[in-house]
Amino acid sequence: MHRSIDLFQQNISGSLAALCIVALLGTPESVTAQTTATDPLSGKLVITGASTLAPLVAEIGKRFESHHPKVRVDVQTGGSSRGVADTRQGLADIGMVSRVMKDEEKDLYAFPVARDGVGIILHKENPVQALTDEQVVAVYTGKITDWKDVGGKHAPITVVNKAEGRSTLEVFLHYFKLKNRDVKAQVIIGDNEQGIKTVAGNRHAIGYVSIGTAEYDESQGVPIKLLSVGGVAASTETVRNDTFPISRPLHIITRTPPGGLIKAFIEYAQSKAVHDIIKQQYFVPLVD
Amino acid sequence: MTSLSSNTLSRWSTDELLCWSLRGIATIAGAIVMLIVVFLIVEALPVLHHVGLLRFFTDPSWHPAEGLYNLTPMLWGTLFAMTGSVLIATPLGVLSAVFCHYYAPPVLARPYRRLIELLAGIPSVVYGFWGLVVLVPLIAEVQPPGPSLLAGILILMIMILPTIALMADASLATVPQQYIRGAAALGLPRWAIIRGVVFPAARSGLLTGVILETGRAIGETMAILMVCGNVVQTPSSVFDPIRTLTANIALEMAYALGDHRAALFVSGLVLMTIIVALAVSAEWISRGRMYG
Repeated sequence: MHRSIDLFQQNISGSLAALCIVALLGTPESVTAQTTATDPLSGKLVITGASTLAPLVAEIGKRFESHHPKVRVDVQTGGSSRGVADTRQGLADIGMVSRVMKDEEKDLYAFPVARDGVGIILHKENPVQALTDEQVVAVYTGKITDWKDVGGKHAPITVVNKAEGRSTLEVFLHYFKLKNRDVKAQVIIGDNEQGIKTVAGNRHAIGYVSIGTAEYDESQGVPIKLLSVGGVAASTETVRNDTFPISRPLHIITRTPPGGLIKAFIEYAQSKAVHDIIKQQYFVPLVD
Repeated sequence: MTSLSSNTLSRWSTDELLCWSLRGIATIAGAIVMLIVVFLIVEALPVLHHVGLLRFFTDPSWHPAEGLYNLTPMLWGTLFAMTGSVLIATPLGVLSAVFCHYYAPPVLARPYRRLIELLAGIPSVVYGFWGLVVLVPLIAEVQPPGPSLLAGILILMIMILPTIALMADASLATVPQQYIRGAAALGLPRWAIIRGVVFPAARSGLLTGVILETGRAIGETMAILMVCGNVVQTPSSVFDPIRTLTANIALEMAYALGDHRAALFVSGLVLMTIIVALAVSAEWISRGRMYG
């Protein structure tokens, strides 16, 4: 019972904000649509967090809405850290986190939805076929700056790194036990697509992106290739069976044990009914 | 005022109404700028309070997640990219306007002007995309890594060229015909007329054009984000990647929290300061005759 009261309060504050906005716009009739919080499967779900997860959750949300016409699912991005912060402060009903939950986040309830792998990519014409972990670390810390030192042709290496705050960066740094200030990059990028375009446009570049995105672009003829790590090929298959080392779980999180609408949504997102959406988004469904 | 109000009440109220609505609109326009500045300061205050303004210029590097907030490399990046592009675009733009007005046959001048206007209308992300897939690989052939200050300067130059070209075009059009005819009657050659008569007469318009293009060069974000490499460092050559203040905000804002977020608002404040300094110096250079 306590949970539903909690939920109700959130909705009241939400509709108060909506009321203010609507009052400003001068169309108070539409307020009535927002205040039906009594039926458990109607109302509005606010979901914020990792940009990696947002398109996936938005698609799941659309299908969920089509099953429950009175439900609205609002998905906003802003990174895993925002997902955690918003869920803690009650700004979001559900948060999206694209990494392993940290120790200081044990107060939140996390539900894995899918898996994602971070793969190292090179230009297709680069003769280098594999790099050891030590070589990757040496390249990213600027100790090796020429491809001939790792078995390629003589050419300076262009190191592509991610901007601070991105979860792909965290996953990458965590696996290679690096600190961001030790990374000597020549290019810093924002999202995965920008990373792939940068590597595709530069034959001497090395970068890292989500395996799902890279695998799809590679199949579409973009001149990049995924490197194997620790002898394991980078593919959605090895991410699924958890043999690929640089992979991460994708979680949705709540502040309190979920109930009502939130519980229904989480159960739906974890069900087999959405596996086709997960595959469409180049993520890997969990083995169940 | 009293005589007016005693004559006809209706005329008085119309004038008064217009006067007050104009005052209101002017207040809104001014208030928006002030609100933005106040908002920037309020959002930046937490980090300014416990980190201090000085550390934004003396810290060893920009790693906000680790509590290091040096903005100077990005300040240099912004200034270098701006200066480089303005230095190239200004003569090109002014000469393009001169060509359009005094050298091109009318058949050519009209379509040429439309073409420049079209250039001004292309969204910046399109320039950025073109820069990323065409310009950057070209530069990478000459001197790796490719994304660099040079790429930024070239893209910015193309983007601000129509601004200065169209402004120069408009200000050359306002030069009185009798000046030019008079100079021609004295037997001056065409280039001497342009240099000695047209340019001084059109000076205020040309200066406004330079200020507008500089403002656009400082504020440009998307294209710069895509071609500059975004590495936080003070460039030692034009082939080094840089990050500008605007790119810094766009790149990190979506993922920033707490002090990191406030530090990005400090980037915004620094940008605002540059713009204010630019406007003040332009006013000072033209001694208030800029719009005269």
